[in-house]
Formats: sequence, C-alpha cells, structure tokens
Amino acid sequence: MINNREFERYMPEAHDHLRQRPSLWSYTRLDGWLLLLLFLLCGFGLFILYSASGQDIGYVTRQAIRMGAGFVVMVFLAQLTPRFFGRWALWLYVIGVLLLVCVMLFGVGAKGAQRWIALPGFRFQPAEIMKLILPLTVAYYLAHRSLPPSFRHIFICLALIAVPTVFIMKQPDLGTSLLIAASGVFVLLLSGILWRYIFIAVGIGSAALPGLWAVMKDYQRQRVLTFLDPESDPLGSGWNIIQSKTAIGSGGIDGKGWLSGTQSQLDFLPESHTDFIIAVVAEELGFIGVLILLTLYVLIIARGLVIAARAPDSFGRLLAGSLTLTFFVYVFVNIGMVSGLLPVVGVPLPMVSYGGTSIVTLMAGFGMIMSVYSYRTMLLK
Amino acid sequence: MGAERLKDHSKESRTFKVRAVLAFFVVVVMLCILVGRLYYLQVVEHDRYAAMSEANRVQLQPVPPTRGLIYDRNGVLLADNRPSYSVTILKEEVNDLDATLVALRSLIPITDREVESFKKRLYQRRRPFESIPVRFRLTEDEIAKISVNYHRLPGVRVEAELIRYYPYGKSLVHAMGYVGRINEKELGRVDSTNYAATHYIGKLGIEKFYEDKLHGEVGFQKVETNARGRVMRVLERRDPRPGSDIVLHLDLRLQQITEKLIEGRRASIVAIDPKTGGILALVSTPAYDPNMFVTGISSKDYKALRESPDLPLFNRAIRGRYPPGSTIKPMIALSAIDSGVVTPNYTIFDPGWYSLTHGGRKYRDWKKVGHGRVNMYEAIAQSCDTWFYDVSHKMGVDPMSKYLGMFGFGQVTSLDLPEALGAILPSKEWKKRARKTPWYTGDSLNMSIGQGFFVATPLQLATSMAVIANRGEWVAPRLLKGTKKINDAGAEVLESADFSDGKPTPADVVLNDEQHWNDIIKGMRDVMHAKNGTARRSGANSSYEIAGKTGTAQVVGIKQDAVYDADKLAEIHRDHALFTAFAPVDDPKIAIAVIVENGGGGSSTAAPIARKVLDAYLLGIDPFAEAEDDK
Repeated sequence: MINNREFERYMPEAHDHLRQRPSLWSYTRLDGWLLLLLFLLCGFGLFILYSASGQDIGYVTRQAIRMGAGFVVMVFLAQLTPRFFGRWALWLYVIGVLLLVCVMLFGVGAKGAQRWIALPGFRFQPAEIMKLILPLTVAYYLAHRSLPPSFRHIFICLALIAVPTVFIMKQPDLGTSLLIAASGVFVLLLSGILWRYIFIAVGIGSAALPGLWAVMKDYQRQRVLTFLDPESDPLGSGWNIIQSKTAIGSGGIDGKGWLSGTQSQLDFLPESHTDFIIAVVAEELGFIGVLILLTLYVLIIARGLVIAARAPDSFGRLLAGSLTLTFFVYVFVNIGMVSGLLPVVGVPLPMVSYGGTSIVTLMAGFGMIMSVYSYRTMLLK
Repeated sequence: MGAERLKDHSKESRTFKVRAVLAFFVVVVMLCILVGRLYYLQVVEHDRYAAMSEANRVQLQPVPPTRGLIYDRNGVLLADNRPSYSVTILKEEVNDLDATLVALRSLIPITDREVESFKKRLYQRRRPFESIPVRFRLTEDEIAKISVNYHRLPGVRVEAELIRYYPYGKSLVHAMGYVGRINEKELGRVDSTNYAATHYIGKLGIEKFYEDKLHGEVGFQKVETNARGRVMRVLERRDPRPGSDIVLHLDLRLQQITEKLIEGRRASIVAIDPKTGGILALVSTPAYDPNMFVTGISSKDYKALRESPDLPLFNRAIRGRYPPGSTIKPMIALSAIDSGVVTPNYTIFDPGWYSLTHGGRKYRDWKKVGHGRVNMYEAIAQSCDTWFYDVSHKMGVDPMSKYLGMFGFGQVTSLDLPEALGAILPSKEWKKRARKTPWYTGDSLNMSIGQGFFVATPLQLATSMAVIANRGEWVAPRLLKGTKKINDAGAEVLESADFSDGKPTPADVVLNDEQHWNDIIKGMRDVMHAKNGTARRSGANSSYEIAGKTGTAQVVGIKQDAVYDADKLAEIHRDHALFTAFAPVDDPKIAIAVIVENGGGGSSTAAPIARKVLDAYLLGIDPFAEAEDDK
C-alpha cells in the first residue's frame, strides 16, 4: 500500500531517520520498541508463571501457546489500516452487543456468573472482545466530529459506553465492566472534553456511590467490606488479601528467590498463577523484581502514548491512546487490588497472569496500536 | 455532518498531546502510589509480614515416643511394638466424606462398627489436619488396592504406626494387661503436651500401672506445611525420648507351663518368689488375646468374650474371691498357738463332727468317720476340721482376724497390680458394718476352715505362703523387677524397681514365739511328706521338701446329714480345689497358690498341678516335653 519511496516523498525530513533503520519494521508494519518490550514482558510472565503454577511446565507451555496466538493476531491486525477498523467499528459494536445478549440468554459459566459463549470445541468471552470494540467505536464516532466534542456527542458516547457496561455488569463481572467503561471514557477524556464536564461527572459519580452500593450483589459488597477490613474475616473472604499482603510484605527488598516463595509454593496464596501473580513476583523477586516489572509496563505505556501522539488523525490518536490507558488500568487495578489498595475485582495482570482470552485481547489491542503506528503517514494529506 | 463545526486538525492534535502528557503524568503518579504501597509492605512492614509468612508455613508437630518394651526375668520379649498400617482420612482434604467412605469400602472390607468408631473419633479429634484412622491392620493386598486408587480418594492415606503387639497373646493378658486407643476421658487425665501425639495408653495391668515409665517423652518437629496442612519437609526436630524398657519378675517358661497345666479349666495359679516378692507366674484361665483390644475389639468379639460362661475377661488371680477352705488352716493354727490358746500338742478326739452344745448343730468334718486323736501337726497334715472347730471355739474370732490380717488378707498388698482386690477378711467389726448382725460362734467355726464370709484371691493366698516361707518377713508381691537403663559406660544395666513411694508394705509378722513358725511349717511339710498327709501322693518322690496345704471349698451349702456326692452334682456346683505351698522348705524359692474352680478335691486336683509347677521351676522339668517324647 505504501512504500518507503512514497513515504520519503511525503516526509522528506524523515529521510535520515529511515536510512538508519533497516526496512524490516516498516515492511512488517510492527513497532520494534513495542515488540521488544512485549517480548520482555511475556518472557517475564512465563518465568514467574513457572514458579506461580507450582513449577508446572504444562501451564507455561499453554500460556506460551496463547502468547503465540496473541502475537499472530497482533501481527495480523497490524497489517490492517486504521481506516479498515473504522469502517467496521459500528458493525463490530452491534455484533458485540448482540453477543453480550447471547451470553445473557445462553451463556455458560461458573460461580454464579454467566460470562462465556460455548461453541463446539471452543469458548470465548464476548466481554473481552468488547474491550477492543468499544474504544474503537467511540474513537471512530468522535474522530468524525469536531473536537472537543459537544455535549450531545458526549451523551451519545456515554450511551455507547453504557450499553455493554451494563450488560457485563449483569453477568456479573464488575472488573471487566469497569475496564470497558474506562476504555470508552478514556477516548472521551483524550478527545479534549471540556474540564468542566469532567468535574461535573466526578461530582455526580461521587454522589451516586451510595446508589451503586444499593445495586451491588452480595458478594460484591462482601468484597468491598473485606477490602475495608480484611481482618474481619481472616479465614473467609479476608483470606486472599491477608495472604497476598503477607506474600508481598515477606518478600522484602530482594525477595525470597525464584521458586522459593513459601506463600506461593505452599499454596497459602490463592489464585497465585492468575489474578494474584504479582504477589508471587513480590515475594520471590522482592521490591526490585516488582520495580523491574513496573518499569516494563511504564515503558510500554509511554511507547503507546508516543505512538498515539504521533498518529496523524484523531481516530488513530484516540484509539491508540485509549487502548494504552486501558492497559494501564489493568496494571493499576490488579496491583492495587493484590496489595490491598483496591477491593478485589477480577482483573488479571496483563501478559503475566495465566489465562487465555485476556492475553489475546491485549495482543490484539497492541496490533491495533501498531497499525496506527504503521499508518501514521497515511492520512497525512 | 453539515451542522458540525469544521475539524481543526492541528488544534485537535495539540489538544491530544496535552491530554496525553497529562494522562502520562497521571499514570506516573498512580504508579508512584503503587510503588509507595509496595515499598510500605515490602520495606517498612517487611518484618511483620516475614513473621506472618513464617508462622503460616512452619508448624510445630508432636512426635510420639516409642513405647517401652516389656521383658520377662530371662530377657524374653513379652510386649513388642510392631509397625501396623492403617488407612486414615484427613477431613480437610475430603470434599464428600460419605462418598469417600463408600468408595473406600468398595476397595477394602470395613465394617459398620469401624465406620461408627471412625465417626466418633472424627468428632473428638484434637487438632486440625490430624488424620483419623478408619481401619487398622491392613494387609499388603489392601494397601496396594488403596494405593492405586489414591488419585480418586483425596484425603485418604495409608499410614504406618508402631502399635503394641503381644507375641504370647492370651498367656500373659491377666499378668500384664494391655494398651488400647486413648479415649477422651483418659486424655483429660494425662499431660496433654506429652500425649499430644500418642494414640495408645495402658488400659489394664502392668501397661496401665507403669504407663509413665513405658510412655516416654514426646518429641517435636518443626515442619513446613502447605496451606492444606500437608507436611512438605522437616526443618528441625527434637527426638522423642522413648519409654523405658521394663523387666518383670515373670518367668515366661513357667507361666506357659502353668497355663498349659490348667488349660481348659476355670482356674488360677499364682507363684511368687518369697525372697523378692516377685511374681513368677500369674495365670488365670480362660484368658483372651490382648492383641484384639489394642486397635479396638469388634463388638461381636467383645460380646462373645463378655457372654462366655467361663468369664475369660475375669482376672481370677487377682480379682477372684474364693473361700480359701482348708488352705487357711496353718494360719488359724498359728493364731491359736501364738496367742496362747492352745499348744501344738493340744490333742482332741475327732468323731467326724463337732458341736457347740450337746446335741446341737453338727459341724461336720470332711472325713465322715473322723480322724480320731489328733494334735495340731496331725490336724494340719490331715486337714482335720474338728480340731480347728474346737480351737476356734476356744479362741474366738479376734485372734484369727488379727493374725490373718498380718498375712495380708482383706487388703491389697500387691505393689503394681492396679486391679487387685482386697477380698474379705471377716471380723466382728466387719460383720457388724457389712451385715448388720453380731458375730456368732458358728461364724468362727466356719472361718477356721476357710468357709463362711471369708474370701481371698489366689494372689493373697500365694502371698500368705511367701510370708510363711519367710517366717514372717514381708515382701510385697510385685511384677516389676527393674528398668533397663544405659549407664555412664554405655552398657545396659537393670535399675532395680523402687517402690519406696508406692504402697507401704505391711509390717512383718512378729510372733510371740518364733518357734511357732517351725510348728506350722512342720504341719505343712507333713501334708506333703507324712504317711497320712492329704497331699502325700503329690509330695512323693520329691528331691526337695515341700510345705503345702490342700483345700476344698464348698460352693453350695450341704444340708445337715446330707451326703456329698461329687459325681451327682452339676459341674458348676462341685467344690473348688485349692492348694497352697512353698518349697524347698529349708530354703524357700517359690510360694504358690492353685485354685481350680469346681475342680473337686484340693489333694486330687490342685496339689498334683502345683507339684508340676514346683518341679518345673525348681528342677527345670517340663511336664509336656516328656509327654511329647512318648508320642
């Protein structure tokens, strides 16, 4: 579609820059920095998963296969143009919402929650796909309006956000619904929405908290109560958070050593290979290990925002920016929850927690970010 | 679209960059909050969480001590510890207890009663993560069956533990007692720390009496456990101190010969070494296998034992209260001559009966035609009832009660037989207290021939023989000879048993005239070796001299003038045959009491058995070895 010569014609000042680089990245349409950081993050994830899974190489293999699948999806999406995503945004949104309706009607799941659609030999969580579709749709909608968006467009965007959020909250899956809402709201925030709207929204949100409490399910309320005072039920719902804090705290500065964390290896830490895996990092690799991991995350987020800022059009900016910030929300909510700063909501640690759908979704998101990167010149006309 | 303002691309891009920078700033601030939180947990509060993590993983577990072994006087092992495999369930790892039990029962036979006692144990267990046994004594086949099904039976395990094993089974049960699984009541009595890991406790006899010595001291190990309490590795260990090995005075060989001699009868024999008071043999038949009780007896087996008319659970040797019959006569004679009522040469004419008043109730002699003229020696040798009727009439009950009391009747003198009974030594006070009636002269007459209210255990009879053999010097009967210890040089030594804190030994029998010992011992010698002694057949051809006394105790009262015919009486109404003795007379090495319930005559049944026991002990003759050679 576009080659170097065309690019040089559009952007003569980029000439030297392009000379220094091999054409590999532009040929594969991948971002080298992001790719490197993701590889490091996946490697780190597999490394700690081996320990967190009780040294079960089977987990590591299955996770590596998912990561591989995620890379394939990422590379594939990176080949498509942002314009292509934009064209399909509304259709994808409709399909996504329909799938969520299907989940409500025929979904399967466990522990009182219906989250999955089961197809023969394969099952998936429509909510995961919605994490990509929603920012895409909102970004597409706003990109074609004059920014900052008017109140009317903000309202339409909020409606677009509310529909899937409510469906997912009803599954019930509070963590995912918050992530989805956040991914949509980030588009609005990045679009330059006026500060007064932001303050008004924050004010209304705070006032609505008691109402939220009223509609929450019992187990969700229990989580909040446990968060406020984990010691009140040390063997029941407080167990997880007490054990994860113990794991983190006992790790100290340099940790107990890989495979030597007593909290994780002796099964005191629940969900050690999924949502609570950061506690394994903290226990075995210490404060230093966590800082290394956080540094990787910060670099990925920084790179994502740089790509977004360099995007030539609002659509690419908003899409890449909101996906990047959503990625950060994963990191913040997960670590905040495991370290006892936030209530326990089921949010995995991106690329590190064991589990299929989230890795593929995240990789797909990075594929879209890379697509924005590769085609940053395309709409520069 | 037309109503929209025109898009200003460069302004939008600027706005976005401002927002993006702002967003990144917020991201950094929030990450700083996370880092601060982790710093607080990992650096500031590290010590507290490190301690919590340590407390999580490390547990102090008690390790049971090995129970001390029990040996006989010749070093033969009488009570051993053997590994036994039992299948246990760890409740914490089981999702559905009933389903697990059903699955387990499809693999190995488990009775309803075992399930019932498992559930009982489940409710009275002491610690979390303590496995509860379901069935004991698994065979190798059963272990294999459970092992291959481990994967579908979470929480089910095969565990090995050392449990008591009595290699000689029923031969020693009445002498040694047994251990059994500790119950809640016993747990309340013992030191809960020391018994934290112990599952068995002495229930009866020596095992119960020397529980403190045999049990040992609990050990501890610091173990690393996972969240489900399963031990991953041992970090530190303080070994338990095993219980002391103890040595008994029992002579297993003598015990087994003795047991065989009265096999198939309801009988009891106690043999004591008069020099030490050590019990050489303590037999009560029928007996039962103590191994059945160690891990819990089935209700069917227990019912069979309990309902057997021969009362195998009954320890006749120390709890059987028998009228001693004529075996008591040497001591009655001693009370008469030593209290000065008569001299040994006091002679009466025995017509075959005695009456208190002319034409009154006739107290019959066992020999219908009477013994004619008899003095004390002849009265003992021939067991002349009439002489004793006469003498007891003269002296009354008080000297008899006093002297018999000095020989240990009516009280428990044994040092380490917790179940021993004191039986009854009648006296005026006793009768007034127990029967609320005054003492009649007729009671004295009955008492002088060991009938009436007077009852004694075989152990008491054997003990009285030991006191006579020692000429009044008291050595209380005991089973424990000593405790095995390792001395400073590393050699195994036997530390003699110390009973100084135990029960006080009765005062020695001091006679007004020491010569009277010779008088009654002569009478007893004549029982065995004089030409008309009642047990002359049992005393014949003996290379050593025996002092003995036969006894035949009536089980049913015989009406006046009725004729006693042993053949016509139902077996359970036949007389008890008794015999007491010590030997050799000049240097007593063994004192013995034999009781054969419904055995008939003391001289015909009990004395020959006693002679074989004496020969076995003093001469080393095994009566059964010859019989086997003949075949």
